[in-house]
Amino acid sequence: MQQLARHVQESFPAHVVHVTEWRGELTVTVAKDHVREVATFLREEPGMDFDYVVHVSSVDWPDDDERFEVVWEFYSIRKRHRIRLKTRASESDCVVDSLSDLWKGADFMEREVYDMMGIRFRNHPDLRRILMPDDYTEGYPLRKDFPLRGKGWRDTFEFLDELPR
Amino acid sequence: MGLIQLGRHDKDGVPDVITGSLEKAVNWARKGSLWPMTFGLACCAIEMMAAVSSRYDMDRFGAGVFRGSPRQSDLMIVAGTVCRRMAPVIRKIYDQMPEPKYVIAMGSCATSGNIYDSYSVVQGVDRFIPVDIYVPGCPPTPEALFDGILKLQERIMEKRVFVAQPKEVKAALKV
Repeated sequence: MQQLARHVQESFPAHVVHVTEWRGELTVTVAKDHVREVATFLREEPGMDFDYVVHVSSVDWPDDDERFEVVWEFYSIRKRHRIRLKTRASESDCVVDSLSDLWKGADFMEREVYDMMGIRFRNHPDLRRILMPDDYTEGYPLRKDFPLRGKGWRDTFEFLDELPR
Repeated sequence: MGLIQLGRHDKDGVPDVITGSLEKAVNWARKGSLWPMTFGLACCAIEMMAAVSSRYDMDRFGAGVFRGSPRQSDLMIVAGTVCRRMAPVIRKIYDQMPEPKYVIAMGSCATSGNIYDSYSVVQGVDRFIPVDIYVPGCPPTPEALFDGILKLQERIMEKRVFVAQPKEVKAALKV
């Protein structure tokens, strides 16, 4: 674990912002513009071999300047070790590099992050909403400033008007 | 239920005359042969499945033949949380069911949205389809569902079958 952390940190001394280990979980925070480099390194470096993306998620910290946090979790089936990759993005510029060409499984999970939090992924092959309808206009429901009850969508049944009377 | 009145025709006491209103006979036939639609949306569906299983045996009430198609069923048991995105689908399926059709809202979620007072959950399925029976519980036991079905059967017995068409319909038919 320590070795893994040191290897990442030594390979990217300028890009790795923060490394923590808590209860055996290794977390590496990277500057937003260098996510792709670090991810390629995790995927292809022989000592790393992270061949499986476990999860892509996002966190909203409304009080921070860089409000959004994107979290990737990787696992190496061959080496049996895990790592968590984090990056922060501000609301005005919440565009993060897509990793779906490195890990095919990140495709839908990045779409979910986009749908729920409104973080865009650069070079994503098909960045559409995945849970909410395509024409949903109320915003991004997982953001902290989104009202819990929504903005009226759940109570409007426009299909009732189209029924024959 | 006062449907069949037996008259004694012969001196030997064997009943062979049956009297009663045709309406009651039709309702009796309808209530004893409910064909539910499998519409499980969440954990309530597990209890609905248990209700059909051998331990509870929903077939005793004539409502055990679950169909996968709305065209073949006349009872929709909406079992579970109804998301807003699911709402048009439910309405479409309800419209595809042939008359006479009945709806049971099974569980608190289908009835009122339960604790899910959120942007995506419909606050009760009765906002877009008519509901006959509400079964409370989270999830309701199979016994509670049976109670709902028995109540629905009571209501079916009270339905008027042969009623005059409204004037507008009559006029439309003549054209």
